[in-house]
Amino acid sequence: MRSLVVLGAGTAGTMVVNKLRHRLPTSEWRITVVDRDDLHDYQPGYLFLPFGLIEPEQVRRSRHTLIADGVELVLGDVDRVDPEARQAALVDGRTIGYDELVIASGTSPRPDQTPGMLGPEWHRSVGEFYTYEGALALRRSLAGFTGGRLVVHVTELPIKCPVAPLEFAFLADDFLRRRGLRDRTEIVYVTPLDGAFTKPVASRELGHLLADKGITLETDFMVERIDQDRRALVSYDEREVSYDQLVTVPLNMGADFVARSGLGDELNYVPVDKHTLLSSEHPSIFVLGDASDIPTSKAGSVAHFSVEVFVDNFVEHVQGRPMTRRFDGHANCFVESGGGKAMLLDFNYDTEPLTGTFPLPHLGPMRLLKESRANHLGKLAFRHLYWNLLLPGRPLGLPAQMSMAGKVPAA
Amino acid sequence: MPITTIAGHAVEVNDEGFLTRPEQWSEDLGRELGRVIGIELTDEHWRLVRFLRDDFAHHGETATLRRVSTQTGTPVKSLFDLFPGKPAKKMAYVAGLPKPKGCV
Repeated sequence: MRSLVVLGAGTAGTMVVNKLRHRLPTSEWRITVVDRDDLHDYQPGYLFLPFGLIEPEQVRRSRHTLIADGVELVLGDVDRVDPEARQAALVDGRTIGYDELVIASGTSPRPDQTPGMLGPEWHRSVGEFYTYEGALALRRSLAGFTGGRLVVHVTELPIKCPVAPLEFAFLADDFLRRRGLRDRTEIVYVTPLDGAFTKPVASRELGHLLADKGITLETDFMVERIDQDRRALVSYDEREVSYDQLVTVPLNMGADFVARSGLGDELNYVPVDKHTLLSSEHPSIFVLGDASDIPTSKAGSVAHFSVEVFVDNFVEHVQGRPMTRRFDGHANCFVESGGGKAMLLDFNYDTEPLTGTFPLPHLGPMRLLKESRANHLGKLAFRHLYWNLLLPGRPLGLPAQMSMAGKVPAA
Repeated sequence: MPITTIAGHAVEVNDEGFLTRPEQWSEDLGRELGRVIGIELTDEHWRLVRFLRDDFAHHGETATLRRVSTQTGTPVKSLFDLFPGKPAKKMAYVAGLPKPKGCV
């Protein structure tokens, strides 16, 4: 009997075990997945919680209800991985041996890494929406907001779902208009980048949207600390941005056990071959989802497309055959732009976000890099697809490889 | 790509002035690129620039500010003092490397 162990039962880990349970005979393979708790959140829903556009119970389910029969779910904190002994040790002393390991422990916001971020005002005037608790606390803060300076801030890249803070700014603009508070509120978007977004073409389009909505853009801002008493962000080059309500995205880091095991880079991401997701150093360790260092967005769409490629490769790999599929870095991100509209970005390792239609060439119905109602409806519908098709590992009908059909490189 | 002449060397640059072919770089050129952005390179600057060159040779990507800071043991604040304003970009510029991808 051989053993596959997956560390992390989030989006990537859940898809991996559910898909592989159908592909690996139960007489030959034991599959175990480890997570610290039994709560699986639909993380894209966090964006909508602060505005009351979704209810808390719609974003949270038990992990065990999402894991296929024939997969063992172990609850516990991972202490470290020993690649030589092929063993994962848990903090409570249990050990789990493996023949093949998948690290799918994601990335997490780390407010402890910026001086002054945690403190008496954390989850109050210093808000965030990258955790369930933070998004709900921000809902309370926004409900009591009466105007002033609302500052949306990104600490450092990479972050998971890199468009989410922009979406937050767009939705905040919409929310404040509907409540008659927009005239009394200045919205400022503060980023360490030199524009609204990382990819030049998308940065230009999204920059226009910020300007159209009267949102001020503060670029090249590397935060050194937060002064909670004076309600100000302070940068390394001694600029200050004051706020009445701050919505920050803390530094994102991979899991601490990755660092303790000596497997990570400076942000605890595991270096891998970007086309096969196999560890650069250990031939029995794959890394799926946000936990690796691949140069594409840390996003559920990337996890989904890469898992499709990985599953086929893994079956070949454990049979001692060469892996024949190559992941192209395909990412597909909805960008809520407020007013019931959204944009859609589609890109990979080599191609900038494109204009055109998705998923069908020329027909759409969704339009790339342009605001539309259909894109917004697509984003809303996705929650149902996530719970009912994506996590169980059922085919979604979207190709993992990015297609150029019906798409036009933006000028 | 436009070609420009810096310190007597013809080099290819992009529209922001970054070298597009890292192999065209030399320490002479680096010194001159420093002058172009108003920095007279000291030993401390060189330690960082050489780290960037080595790291790029091994990984094929320009090190981020955080990577430079952790790998060389230099506080981020000091990087801002040495390369004022936009240290990640200025270090890459002087080292003849692509601007670090803010990531994706």
